[in-house]
Amino acid sequence: MSGEAKAAISKEVLWGGGRSPFSVSYGKMMMWYFLVSDALTFGGLLIAYAFWRASSVDPWPIGEQVFRSMPGLEGEFPLAYVALMTFILIVSSVTMVLAVEAGHRNDRSSVLKWMGLTVVGGLIFLGSQAWEWSHFIHGSGGCFNLAKEVTITNPEGETMTLMAGDRVYMDHHFGHLMEMHLNDPVSVPMTSDGGHVVLTELGEHPHEAHLHALRVNKYVENETIVEGDQMMKLWNARSENFAFGAPIPGLGADWGGINHSEYATQQGYSNFFFFITGFHGFHVFSGVIINLIVFLMVLNRVMERRKHYEMVEKVGLYWHFVDLVWVFVFTFFYLI
Amino acid sequence: MERDDLIVNDSYALNAHHSEEEGVAIRKKIYMVTAILSVITAIEVGMGVMFKRSETFTWTAIKWTFIVLTLFKAGYIVMSFMHLGDERKNLRNAVILPYFVFILYLIFIAITEGLAHYGMDLKFH
Repeated sequence: MSGEAKAAISKEVLWGGGRSPFSVSYGKMMMWYFLVSDALTFGGLLIAYAFWRASSVDPWPIGEQVFRSMPGLEGEFPLAYVALMTFILIVSSVTMVLAVEAGHRNDRSSVLKWMGLTVVGGLIFLGSQAWEWSHFIHGSGGCFNLAKEVTITNPEGETMTLMAGDRVYMDHHFGHLMEMHLNDPVSVPMTSDGGHVVLTELGEHPHEAHLHALRVNKYVENETIVEGDQMMKLWNARSENFAFGAPIPGLGADWGGINHSEYATQQGYSNFFFFITGFHGFHVFSGVIINLIVFLMVLNRVMERRKHYEMVEKVGLYWHFVDLVWVFVFTFFYLI
Repeated sequence: MERDDLIVNDSYALNAHHSEEEGVAIRKKIYMVTAILSVITAIEVGMGVMFKRSETFTWTAIKWTFIVLTLFKAGYIVMSFMHLGDERKNLRNAVILPYFVFILYLIFIAITEGLAHYGMDLKFH
């Protein structure tokens, strides 16, 4: 350290008082303090979620059962898509730290390359989250009430009439319809409440998907499969009556769309899910915008005139923080 | 008294630049941390798919494994990617210590109250 005391300090890094507290620039330290306060906000939200969950008497949905769909693919892939999203965010964090490293070598073209890739990673993550939200709102094993009477015919020519108000269940692929299937009442205890299946144990409820066809199960013994035009009729009838979170007029506040989805017994789960992932998604969105601005600054050679790339480093801190928050959201919403 | 206002030898200061060779070493470290984070995530996802939630001791152990792995990941992100580990010790403490004091207290109080609330609900439901 004694050798350093003689070294010249460049003026531009000193604060107003002629010193640099903590040996960091003013901007970087304030970014750290901002991140601490933001982390307290996220911490508060996740802890509120913990409180809700610890105090909840009703069963809590299971992550690997809720999140098991892949866009454009049929079948079940528990946690696969969210694992991919997590990996994309980690990789975009890596490209960001590589941009910071390139900045310290004054390697402008590498900074541009890595920051560009970071923006692309952020956009892919945002798109994935949009898909997941849409999927979660519209058709993740939820059910809806028919707005009007529908007669359906299966390929064997059997017909069946569903009354207005009857419940039809969807599988977890948006746009496809299915029944709620009771395949093993012994190991999976469930009670039937006027046709609506009430979860009685930890959100366990197996589905059986019949893709591009509707399986109607008004009574457990009497099953009918619907395809083609008849299914579309049902689907169109659905659209009149299915609304996310909104109560259906005349049926009371309890008759909203998501109120009858598989999270029906746990409104708190979806409330916290949307709030926390939404707040995080907003951070990703603003991170992408700020990254883009700094990218354009580098493109316009602003950093070369300043002779340092610290702005890349500061936006990098923010971007890593977004990744950091996701690590916790991932654990507490999807895994535990 | 030692001066603490010098940024000259700080590798992340405004006027600090590193050479190509130093860059190679730093990038090697970055790829190493990337591999660690990816492997931990893969393990977490695998465990998440494999184990079902239950009221058993095994599940409690798995839950804590998830939390410990998450803290590992968070530590690598903060200390390596955000290079807080390379900053001055006093900045590191100013960022981390107040946070943990608040958060640990909040976690304690929320879980305690939440479980008490749960007990009340069961009693008077």
